[in-house]
Amino acid sequence: MRLTLRTVLPLALLVMASCGGPFPQSSLDPRSDFASEIDSLFDGIMILATAVFIVVEVLLLVTIVRFRRREGGPEPRRIFGHTGLEIAWTMAPAFVLVLIAVPTIRSVFRTASRPAGDVLVVEAIGKQWWWEFRYPELGVVTANELHLPVNQTVEVAITSTDVIHSFWVPRLGGKRDAIGGRTNRIFFRPDSIGEYLGQCAEFCGVSHANMRFRVYVDEPGAFDAWVARQRDVPVEADSGSLAAQGKTVYSTSACIGCHTVEGVSAGAVGPNLTHFGGRRTIGSAVFDNSAEQLAAWIRNAPAMKPGVLMPPLELADDQIAALVAYLHSLQ
Amino acid sequence: MSTTAAALPEQHATPAQGIWGWITTTDHKRIGVMYGSAAVLWFLVGGLEALLIRLQLARPGAEVVSAELYNALFTMHGTTMVFLFLMPLAAAFFNFIVPLQIGARDVAFPRLNAFSFWVFLAGGLLMNGGFLVGAAPDAGWFGYANLTSKQYSPGPAVDFWIVGLALLGVSSIAAALNFIITIINLRAPGMKLLRMPVFAWMTLVTAFLIVLAFPPFTIGVVYLLFDRFFGTQFYLPLAGGDPLLWQHLFWIFGHPEVYILVLPTMGMVSEVLPVFSRKPLFGYAVIIYSGIMIGFLGFGVWSHHMFSVGLGPVADSVFAAGTMLIAIPTGVKIFNWIATMWGGQIRFTTAMLFAIGFIAMFVIGGLSGVMHSSPPADLQQTDSYFVVAHFHYVLFGGAVLGIFSGLYYWWPKIFGRFLDERIGKWHFWLFMIGLNLTFFPMHYLGLHGMPRRVYTYPEGLGFDRMNLIATVGAFVLALGTIAFLWNVVRSRRGAPAPADPWGGATLEWSITSPPPVYNFAELPRVESRLPLWDDGVQPRTQPDHADVHVPPGSFWPVLVAAGLFVAGAGALLHSLIVVLGGLLFAVVSIYRWLFEPFEM
Repeated sequence: MRLTLRTVLPLALLVMASCGGPFPQSSLDPRSDFASEIDSLFDGIMILATAVFIVVEVLLLVTIVRFRRREGGPEPRRIFGHTGLEIAWTMAPAFVLVLIAVPTIRSVFRTASRPAGDVLVVEAIGKQWWWEFRYPELGVVTANELHLPVNQTVEVAITSTDVIHSFWVPRLGGKRDAIGGRTNRIFFRPDSIGEYLGQCAEFCGVSHANMRFRVYVDEPGAFDAWVARQRDVPVEADSGSLAAQGKTVYSTSACIGCHTVEGVSAGAVGPNLTHFGGRRTIGSAVFDNSAEQLAAWIRNAPAMKPGVLMPPLELADDQIAALVAYLHSLQ
Repeated sequence: MSTTAAALPEQHATPAQGIWGWITTTDHKRIGVMYGSAAVLWFLVGGLEALLIRLQLARPGAEVVSAELYNALFTMHGTTMVFLFLMPLAAAFFNFIVPLQIGARDVAFPRLNAFSFWVFLAGGLLMNGGFLVGAAPDAGWFGYANLTSKQYSPGPAVDFWIVGLALLGVSSIAAALNFIITIINLRAPGMKLLRMPVFAWMTLVTAFLIVLAFPPFTIGVVYLLFDRFFGTQFYLPLAGGDPLLWQHLFWIFGHPEVYILVLPTMGMVSEVLPVFSRKPLFGYAVIIYSGIMIGFLGFGVWSHHMFSVGLGPVADSVFAAGTMLIAIPTGVKIFNWIATMWGGQIRFTTAMLFAIGFIAMFVIGGLSGVMHSSPPADLQQTDSYFVVAHFHYVLFGGAVLGIFSGLYYWWPKIFGRFLDERIGKWHFWLFMIGLNLTFFPMHYLGLHGMPRRVYTYPEGLGFDRMNLIATVGAFVLALGTIAFLWNVVRSRRGAPAPADPWGGATLEWSITSPPPVYNFAELPRVESRLPLWDDGVQPRTQPDHADVHVPPGSFWPVLVAAGLFVAGAGALLHSLIVVLGGLLFAVVSIYRWLFEPFEM
């Protein structure tokens, strides 16, 4: 037994010391009513589970230490069972489970229904391997970056146009699957301003790991300003500028087959790019929306994201530079 | 005249020798050894896949394997460990040990038993054949529709998976029926059901689970096969099908499958703990009833794998309550095992250490299971690394430790040689340390937001160090596995084992190690459930020289399996002629099998 303590204890300490952080995607750091409800439910279960864990493991350790074989020890008494004990340790877990089941079921029903009052509806549509976000009441369509006002209850209506995905922003709440032909709804009210990381949680093919997204929770004023920008058509670039050349490249190349830029193209396969310049990320929130990364993406997207539907574009370097300037001008 | 009369029974008692003897064998012991050998080989394959997975995840953005290969690796790791390692290794013990424990000379249908093994081998080989042509299954061991549809998985990878699973299903159902009939009909005189060893009981419960759980799964697989080969639309939402249909069919099999993996090892632990505590099992009947309860309730909880698909609050609550109920019989078992040791004289043999380790680790897996029986909590945990941690505590901490407990316990009976205890203890401690290093950090990874089945993760999410620790742990597990293999090699020169090396109580310890081909020269009469402790049954010092008729073996089972293998390969080649040819060959072989004379 000395071997156990000597080897296991330092290793356990090492594990604990190494956990480190910070954890920007952690479910243990909730920032909405939905996530907080789950977190406090989990805390309660965790306390009970820890208590049961300690009781059982200590009992086990005491048993194997106390009743280890000793030379010349007595022949063990032949005991075949004990009805009272059997009843006791049937009832004990049942009692603990009731303590878990009651708050669980209360929580299930509380989180399932649409809260009363004003609710902002957002549609999250999973696609291999990115997210389209629509605000049907506001007439806004965007991709991979969801903007929400703080302290406003949101309904996320989740579906898919291809395989099953799962919408998960751990700090804002539990996940829900995106399934073709069905719409799942979750409700939450973000309580803090900030940038929250989200990620597809259901295996959905080659680039499942690269199906990330962001949620930006803003002050109501900042959110309204963002909505207003999304509803405007972007300012036209000066003719003769690099961005204007880029627009020509865009509208004469394969881009228009898949992407929408309002007033220019109406493709429906890839993300809507009308306000692309305002986004902070590309490739489903995997890369920064910098000129270098975007140029590399346009040159050969599959090299950056396995399986991506966007083929390498056969464009010259100056064309790509112009295209980058144009896309970044779409504020 | 007298010489020929003496020579004839001699022939009957001697099985065929050499490779041909193994291929045509119908001896449950040889079939058990073949199951075990194949299972251990696939344990190594699945383990190598796990090591590659862990290398890829050791640091953020690593490029050890491609995304495509990673997806194939985790798919085949899961499929292999479930269908090609744990199930067949349990089947190895069903085969070798259960007939001995119930005092039988063989299983009820020895040729069907051989057939089950060969079909299992065919299915396993076909499924892994995908690696050879660069099309290993890559849609997850759970193969969720509609990712598995022709549109989203156009290559043959999913076909390898379907065809392999179909053959494995045939094998499992045939073997399970065989064991149900064997256990019910071939028990030694006096062995009432409630005198039967717990391992035989858990085998019986497991066999019923297999017979009931595989049909819905088979239907699910056949629908998928139709979708992919013949253009039906069972799972295609745009055509009015429903991908959730697959999830229901899969999990109504998939959840009982967990108990198919764990119940046999619960039976093994229930054999090992009393022997090395020198005390009878505490609450024998309760342990059996709770095993039956677990099996029964296991069919009513499948939707707890689907809390995030949106079944609605009523369904979620019902399945949550059902899931929590399973914790009760499981807890009862744990307490009874501890009570078995309480007041005993515990000998820390390797088998006993693995059994105690099973209890200690299974408790952790059970408790994290209760955590995601709560649907709201599960919405954060499902499809995250928390679940990976949970089921590895159940399946590695539980099933694998339990099955190695049985392996160290019965090895001297099976091979007549001991495994080395010192190396065995190295094996145990490397496994204990390795599994906790590998899987404990995964709880935190999941709660901190790391999803499952991702081939990569970015820096800055706090996942780096815990993933590195898990990878180190995986290599500690690999060292433990090497210790085990070294022990197996060494055991060829190990100390010879007597009939009853541990002071066991059950009938398998009354005959020599290894057992004679006919097992029992004279069927034992059983008066209690501890025949060697209470009934005065004495272990043999040498085999009885008995003139016992032993069937000569048959090559028809392996030919039927070969026919099915060809038919499966034909499906992969999209060649109707090959499929029909294989099936015709199988049918003709079955016909010949049926009319095979009993005496040759």
